[in-house]
Amino acid sequence: MPNLETAPSPQKLRRIAIDPVTRVEGHGKVTILLDEENKVHQVRLHIVEVRGFEKFIEGRPYWEVPVIVQRLCGICPVSHHVAAAKAMDIIAGYGTLPPAAEKLRRLMHYGQMVQSHALHFFHLASPDLLLGFDSDLTRRNIMGVLADFPEIAKQGVFMRKFGQEVIHHTAGKRIHGTGAIPGGMNKALTQEERDLLRNGVDQIVEWAIGSVRMIEKLHLTNPRFYNHFAEFGTNMMGLVRSDGAMDLYHGGLRATDAGKKIIFDHADYSQYDRMLQEGVKPWSYMKFPYIKSLGPEHGWYKVGPLARVQICDFIPSPEAESERKKMMAMGEGRPVHGTLFYHWARLIELLHAAEVIRDLLDDPEILGKDLMADKGPWRGEGVGVIEAPRGTLFHHYRVDKDDLVTFCNLIVSTTNNNQAMNEAIRAVALQYLDGCEITEGLLNHIEVAIRAYDPCLSCATHALGQMPLEVSLQDAAGAMVSRLCRNSDGAIV
Amino acid sequence: MTIERYITIDGEIVHFGAGQTILQAALAAGVFIPHLCFHPDFGPHASCKLCTVTVDGRNGSACATPAMPGQEVHSDTPELNARRRVLLQMLFVEGNHFCPGCAKSGNCKLQALGYELEMFNAHYAHFYPNRGLDASHPDILLDRNRCIMCELCVRASRDVDGKSVFALAGRGRASHLVINSPSGKLGETEFALSDKAAHVCPVGAIMPKRVGYSVPIGERQFDHDSLRQKVKKHTEWRSSGEERDGATKELVNGSVAVNSVKEG
Repeated sequence: MPNLETAPSPQKLRRIAIDPVTRVEGHGKVTILLDEENKVHQVRLHIVEVRGFEKFIEGRPYWEVPVIVQRLCGICPVSHHVAAAKAMDIIAGYGTLPPAAEKLRRLMHYGQMVQSHALHFFHLASPDLLLGFDSDLTRRNIMGVLADFPEIAKQGVFMRKFGQEVIHHTAGKRIHGTGAIPGGMNKALTQEERDLLRNGVDQIVEWAIGSVRMIEKLHLTNPRFYNHFAEFGTNMMGLVRSDGAMDLYHGGLRATDAGKKIIFDHADYSQYDRMLQEGVKPWSYMKFPYIKSLGPEHGWYKVGPLARVQICDFIPSPEAESERKKMMAMGEGRPVHGTLFYHWARLIELLHAAEVIRDLLDDPEILGKDLMADKGPWRGEGVGVIEAPRGTLFHHYRVDKDDLVTFCNLIVSTTNNNQAMNEAIRAVALQYLDGCEITEGLLNHIEVAIRAYDPCLSCATHALGQMPLEVSLQDAAGAMVSRLCRNSDGAIV
Repeated sequence: MTIERYITIDGEIVHFGAGQTILQAALAAGVFIPHLCFHPDFGPHASCKLCTVTVDGRNGSACATPAMPGQEVHSDTPELNARRRVLLQMLFVEGNHFCPGCAKSGNCKLQALGYELEMFNAHYAHFYPNRGLDASHPDILLDRNRCIMCELCVRASRDVDGKSVFALAGRGRASHLVINSPSGKLGETEFALSDKAAHVCPVGAIMPKRVGYSVPIGERQFDHDSLRQKVKKHTEWRSSGEERDGATKELVNGSVAVNSVKEG
């Protein structure tokens, strides 16, 4: 594949912008540079906003952080809430959480998984998949799905609602609650709440199975297209349990190459900065992380459902594991890397999350009232990592002796996928746009590739003050006259 | 002939005791008049002006106006509530009151009044002042961003605790809370968590450390009852003599957030 990140001489090229990218969270745009023959020369996914949470969290007391950082996102606030709480458990000196507290946090987190995955698949992505990539633009939305596939749309809406209800009963609110606090949870689950959720969960598991079967059927209608759309091998990363099982709440870091050969395994995530490096590029507010040992060129990776489902040794719930095996069979022994497999993997995870919720609700310990861990000596620094719906999420803080945050580093799921998303849209551009008459339907293929990653662009942009900038003055022939550059450390050269 | 000791507030007859202000008489009778800087343990301050009522045709602070026989008081009127909303909006834009990330949310009187008076937006441009935190005290956090200059901490520290830890300095929009210590830091004072001044702040400016969000949503003071309902219920409970729940005890003790009503 030619390098489409930066065209050597962009001056005479025609620019197409998809601005904003729709049916994703946050604001982003895609720019494509084409020549007179519509040959593609440059494709970039730009993130056009800065959130700056890493900076403005500095100077706040640590107990506020798990609640404040939720405002990064309206889709998966629980992920930030729990990741920050896990970091604060360590910082404030708390030991292992009592079983009830950990199980409640898991319940909340898997509830988040159900609602976010349902939201993404049914509300955001299904219009492309069910109605067609280049179907009537005015109907290519959830209302169009409701009209043509009312039963599927209804199930999506209700599955999401169920996830929200799980969050409501564990965090106090469906969105931006306060359940997890440093050292444990602030609220036990009552018998009534447990029974209410338990009564609903079997239906959710059943619908989730139906959803996975639906995406499987879709792939089988045209395997050449669905299996190979924007296909490119990448490294993969995620958390796994000590026995190699999928665990979305806690575990060690595992990274593999495109063929599933281990790069590192069961790595302690508090040492994440020894394994990962965040790169910056002058044209995006979103950073480009990569695996240090492989360097920026080859070290980028993907996270999220498609990575998790493939790097784990098994999914510890029967229905989801059996669906996982079916998806893996499509690769005939090798990992699958077609971008649309993300949706399949996502629905397998939705099913898994529903099964986990069911099992947690059947566990008598979920009603436990002992919700706070014992407190030991102050530690002052901590890393919390979880598998958010979109992938591995890192929260790293330092807190001074007066209880105020002095340092915060977030590597958000979508940031981990930055390079992969850029590669995906470049693959699509070459596959479908290159040399063609550009239509809205073709441009939507680009968006389809981005959407598959379920990016949360509002979560992912924090490179405030570190944005490298380059200003160059060129004459009419494109020759450089002068150039000024600010590096990522702020130095002007 | 005895003079009947009652006034009317919005047409309702309210009896008062000797020396009571209109606000004291109202609260004792379960009639809610919005207020922020008043606390039953301290004399009137009359600075927030939220308790402004119309008494026999003239506007005055209910917390500083003695109740007099036959007064006709108007409080819950569209005009007065509109003015109160403006006062609240000015308080919100003058400081940095970010409820989504504030551990006082749900227990905060400023927030509760915002709901009570249906303040749907800030209307004015935010000042975004750079006021800063003082986290030097081991047990108590002072967040000046949220201070509304009601001087309850100043009064409590001076009049009850006998320490005079706090004072207001500066004028107008440069007003700010200062600490009576060589470095100006709270950690250098005798201030203690057991002090009255640590528990009178109606907003999230003075808060005990490490408590944060340990009280879940649904169990915070104003999660179910508005300020108005709290005042009304308190009076009903008091007159029925029933045992009060925890939240009401807090209310009665005048601590944490609701400082309007005192055990009679």
